Amino acid sequence: MGRTIAQKILMRHSGTQAEVGEIVVARIDLAMGHDGSAPLAIEFLKKLGAKGVFDPARVVFVIDHYCPSPNERVSALHAMMREFAGGGQCTLYDVGEGICHEVIPEKGHILPGELAVGGDSHTCTYGALGAFATGIGSSDLAAAVYTGKLWFRVPPTIKVVVEGHLADGVFAKDLALHIISRVTANGATYRAIEFEGEGIRSLDISGRLTLCNMVVEMGAKAGMVAPDDKTLEWISGRASRDFEPVYPDPDATYERIVEIDAYTIEPLVAIPHRVDSVAPARTLKEIPIHQANLGSCTNGRLEDLRVAAKVLSGRHVHPNVRLIVTPASRPVYRMALEEGIIKTLLDSGAVIVPPSCGWCIGACNGIPSPGENVISTANRNFKGRMGNPRANIYLASPATVAASSVAGRITDPRPYLE
Amino acid sequence: MIFAGTAHKFGDDINTDYIIPARRKRDTIDHAELARYLMEDISPGFPDRVRPGDFIVAGHNFGCGSSREAAPLVIKAAGIAGVIAKSFARIFYRNAINVGLIALECDTDLIQDGDLISVDLSSGTISRGDLQIKAQPLPKVMLDILKAGGLLDYLRERRDFITT
Repeated sequence: MGRTIAQKILMRHSGTQAEVGEIVVARIDLAMGHDGSAPLAIEFLKKLGAKGVFDPARVVFVIDHYCPSPNERVSALHAMMREFAGGGQCTLYDVGEGICHEVIPEKGHILPGELAVGGDSHTCTYGALGAFATGIGSSDLAAAVYTGKLWFRVPPTIKVVVEGHLADGVFAKDLALHIISRVTANGATYRAIEFEGEGIRSLDISGRLTLCNMVVEMGAKAGMVAPDDKTLEWISGRASRDFEPVYPDPDATYERIVEIDAYTIEPLVAIPHRVDSVAPARTLKEIPIHQANLGSCTNGRLEDLRVAAKVLSGRHVHPNVRLIVTPASRPVYRMALEEGIIKTLLDSGAVIVPPSCGWCIGACNGIPSPGENVISTANRNFKGRMGNPRANIYLASPATVAASSVAGRITDPRPYLE
Repeated sequence: MIFAGTAHKFGDDINTDYIIPARRKRDTIDHAELARYLMEDISPGFPDRVRPGDFIVAGHNFGCGSSREAAPLVIKAAGIAGVIAKSFARIFYRNAINVGLIALECDTDLIQDGDLISVDLSSGTISRGDLQIKAQPLPKVMLDILKAGGLLDYLRERRDFITT
């Protein structure tokens, strides 16, 4: 019987047959934590009396959630992470280096065929490179850092086949929102998702990262794209260790196959307060916007800033709108600067804030006022998510967010890209 | 082990931002301090209505969203003995068991807000008066972790994962 990517990676890392439903203990290649999850894990490691970590090269901590620190108490938690890293127990990316899900792939900490766990639900992002990557809490993170292993239930896999290409002005974010609206917010709970088809192969790695980032919004444990030439080219120069890509067997068993026609998808928006409540942008033009946010682990990469700059070039953000832009990492920020993207954004009236999760989770850098409408490129629009339960959050692609910031209301970005 | 308490009913898709918002958990890993903010955005004053040993009873996909372990820790710190739901989001489910919070899956339509319920952990049965509802059994590794009082105590004892 053939196996899915999830089964093959778990089989290789556990020495079992990785039958669906089986509980396996698997060796992990990467344990990631950030300032929202690592401090508690460090405390658990202390309580456990851990003398060290399983492999300092495979433990990476990132200070990205609440940074630069907004207050003394957060600073104390950051200091805990620095102290831990100072003991040579892990790699630490400190304030301003970037959002974990940008930094980890960018710096080659995760590679095709590998198994990663992270103290963050959007750890699933790394599946874009053909890895099995899943979110865990702080206890599991401590256990993984301590033992180098974790238990997993081998998930059934849903195959999502995307035929055809996305139309001009339609992006990976729109595809992700379309798939989530089809599968629903818990339609893939405990499942892995494999993405396949021309619509996936034609996406660049940035787009695949966006897509895999959002699989947890369907409850999925992991979402994966089998590696291809684009993946291997993207990885080359970043990988500091050998890796072995994994591909699904031709006769692998899938629990369900979801077929999508990419060409029929138009620019989409998730409306408050659910990610699976999705409507075409063109049907929401009566919704005024007060704040527009470009960035996050979903859409803060160079390609995202570039398309926003294309929309905003020669235009100005609407006087009633604050456009807040967060490059996802220091290299993204630098490249955007060198390419002139940052200047275009500044000239249009945007505010640039340092790489962090800040506004996406309502921690800092742009908390909306009561009654305001926000359009954001992030991945969640739950009530209160951005720090104010009386604000409304709409989710869309960088192009739609940029175009809406100019129009002052939700708008289809396509006329702005012509 | 039998636990008894009042059911506090919630709907589907109760996400971890509703359970404890990031703007609250940002500042501390002391969850007793955060207990007063439990469910503040969707059910203001909820912690005041909880008596120690009560249960949260919910619909599908309880705990979806973020991986924050603060979610089950704050529920526990507020005095809740366990969460009974039609289904859980997987990270919350693991985290709950890892911190020693009971998390059982069953059809919760038969339980109403304010019902007095009891939970027999060894048989996985939830009772309301004469009515008995069977919960989905936990995998052995999760039951072992829950019985140990959480993952920390499990690892203190065994130093490694044992699934056989």
